[in-house]
Amino acid sequence: MLDNIALLGIAPLLNVQLLLDGLFIGAIFVLAAYGLALVWGVMNVKNLAQGDFVMMGGYIAFVMTKLGIHPIFGLPVAIVFMFGFGWVVYRVIIYRVIGKDLFTSLLATFGMAIVIQQLLNLIFSPDVMVAESGFAIRSYLGGMVTVADIKLISFLLATVLATLVITFMKYSRMGQAIRATAQDPRAARVMGIDTERVYAFTFALNAAICGAAGVLISMIWVLQPFFGMTYSIRAFVIVTAAGLGNLPGVIIAGLGLGAVEQFAGFILGAELQQFTVVGLLVAILVWRQIQLRRHRQVVR
Amino acid sequence: MNTRLRRTLPYAGLLIAGIAAPFLFPDYTFQFTVLWVMILFALTWDILGGQMGYNSLGNIAFFGVGMYICAVVQIGLYYDVAQYTASYGAVKVEFTADQYFTGLAVGLIAAGLGAMVFSIILGWVVFGLRGPYFAIGTLGVALSAGELTGAWDYVGGGGGIALPIYPGEPDDRSLFFYVLSFTLTIILFFLLRWIYLGRFGLAANAIRDDEEKAEGMGIHTMRYKTVGWAIAAFFLGISGALFGNMIGFIEPLEVAFPTVTFGLFMVVMCLLGGRGTLWGPVIGATLFHTFKEVTWIYLLGWQWVALGALIVVSVVFFQQGIVGWVKEKWPEKFGIAVDDRALAETDPDLDEAPSQRLRRQTEAAQ
Repeated sequence: MLDNIALLGIAPLLNVQLLLDGLFIGAIFVLAAYGLALVWGVMNVKNLAQGDFVMMGGYIAFVMTKLGIHPIFGLPVAIVFMFGFGWVVYRVIIYRVIGKDLFTSLLATFGMAIVIQQLLNLIFSPDVMVAESGFAIRSYLGGMVTVADIKLISFLLATVLATLVITFMKYSRMGQAIRATAQDPRAARVMGIDTERVYAFTFALNAAICGAAGVLISMIWVLQPFFGMTYSIRAFVIVTAAGLGNLPGVIIAGLGLGAVEQFAGFILGAELQQFTVVGLLVAILVWRQIQLRRHRQVVR
Repeated sequence: MNTRLRRTLPYAGLLIAGIAAPFLFPDYTFQFTVLWVMILFALTWDILGGQMGYNSLGNIAFFGVGMYICAVVQIGLYYDVAQYTASYGAVKVEFTADQYFTGLAVGLIAAGLGAMVFSIILGWVVFGLRGPYFAIGTLGVALSAGELTGAWDYVGGGGGIALPIYPGEPDDRSLFFYVLSFTLTIILFFLLRWIYLGRFGLAANAIRDDEEKAEGMGIHTMRYKTVGWAIAAFFLGISGALFGNMIGFIEPLEVAFPTVTFGLFMVVMCLLGGRGTLWGPVIGATLFHTFKEVTWIYLLGWQWVALGALIVVSVVFFQQGIVGWVKEKWPEKFGIAVDDRALAETDPDLDEAPSQRLRRQTEAAQ
């Protein structure tokens, strides 16, 4: 472990490489986390199937490559398909969960996550897969830093998508209705907003964002039916670290998590990379609790 | 008298069923053992999840901790653990019958106590979290416990440990573990029945209904939560040690810390049977285990999909669980007075509230 840290000191460009890789992957985490924060904030549903939506989007891109179409064109397909899927899921399951106690949504979406990952497993087998983009890999800074073109492209696409969603939330009629419902559903209903439709749209939008994130992941990383859970955990890490409704916080935390994970994977070894994510979640929760403890008076 | 008999009947039935099962169906002894472990899972989860409203998703961590502590004690009493695990079971190490049973006895106790200590330390850290944060935080603890154990070479890392082999016939072995897990679960069941009826049960339910108010009334909520979790961890730790020995080979992700299987099952079994009741977990676990085994046989390949669907359906459409539903349907059978006077006439002994008794007495006096 110490050797690895020393290695980072000897070759400073390695830091650049790790940081870049982390930022590229972090941009995608931001998308998934933003969707989670949206659904959590608007309808108070904690979606543990978030990562499995991401995987579904990835497999859509994978199917496209099998059909001989470039995976980037999977992006619109995944967005449309996942939007519809999200709407159906809302109508069948989530609709009955809203307003029930907090644990219900967590468990119901956990059950959903199991169904989705097992169906993916049955359809695509548990092998690790990649949607080949076929772009070149370039070296920068005298060959010390290599960046695949597809990573740059996906970073740009993620930025564009995030900007689109944020603009939509800010200026469009539906976006305003969503924000109004998040603030006070009852008042929104009085004002003539169809909150049922807003909820359905929000959940569908979340699924679409996740689907898009999945397409990007399929091109720059790997797909596996059971990897969904780690994406859900990552989204939770980011949202709990940033706090609900804190968009700049989500972006910084997402990019930061991507970088931290890459560095931890390098320093501690690949088998502890998963642990870093989960450990970070526990650490953040504990840290927040210590903060809260100052404000809370407990009978001892 | 009639009431008392009717009330003891289910308990006697449970005991008789437990004792008779391995003799009636000797081929299924292993399945029955797993069933008792499942009932134990559901019962321990219900202490916090049902009675106190603290929905943990990471109770399985205590199961794994107990399993590993027991394994290390069993081997460590007679051999060097690091050397033993490094050989990955390639070198056969013999344990005499005497060594085996001593190691197992010491290991079981150590597993229970170790898991209990772990739960107290962990509780001190996570009990400030509320609602979904508690659930996610405990889920994180269980997941990271599995990952960390997998990276720890002293206990065999991801390769796992092969445990000492039972000295004796295979049939004796399965009966031996059946008796142990049955006894453990029954002890837990009656312990819980006893503590739910007393002060602990009342305090736990007060915490579930409104923790702030319970605190305001002077209930030491932290102490009750810690005690509840310590009881759950103690029994889970021992059951983990038993389960590990029964399987014979332990490994971090699938056997010791199966967060998405057993860790989730215990919650679902509880919800299915009816949380916050004594009998709910028992009924839920029995039905769930049966459903699981049947789908494993007849729906092979699709069993997980069926299980996930069952979870969604039971959580979304059948919130109150079986016992909860029955209670809603026939409340008078549970001593919940709907029409006080009619009930008092038919069954004067049945859970009479003091105010009710006073009213009846004054009415009789007039």
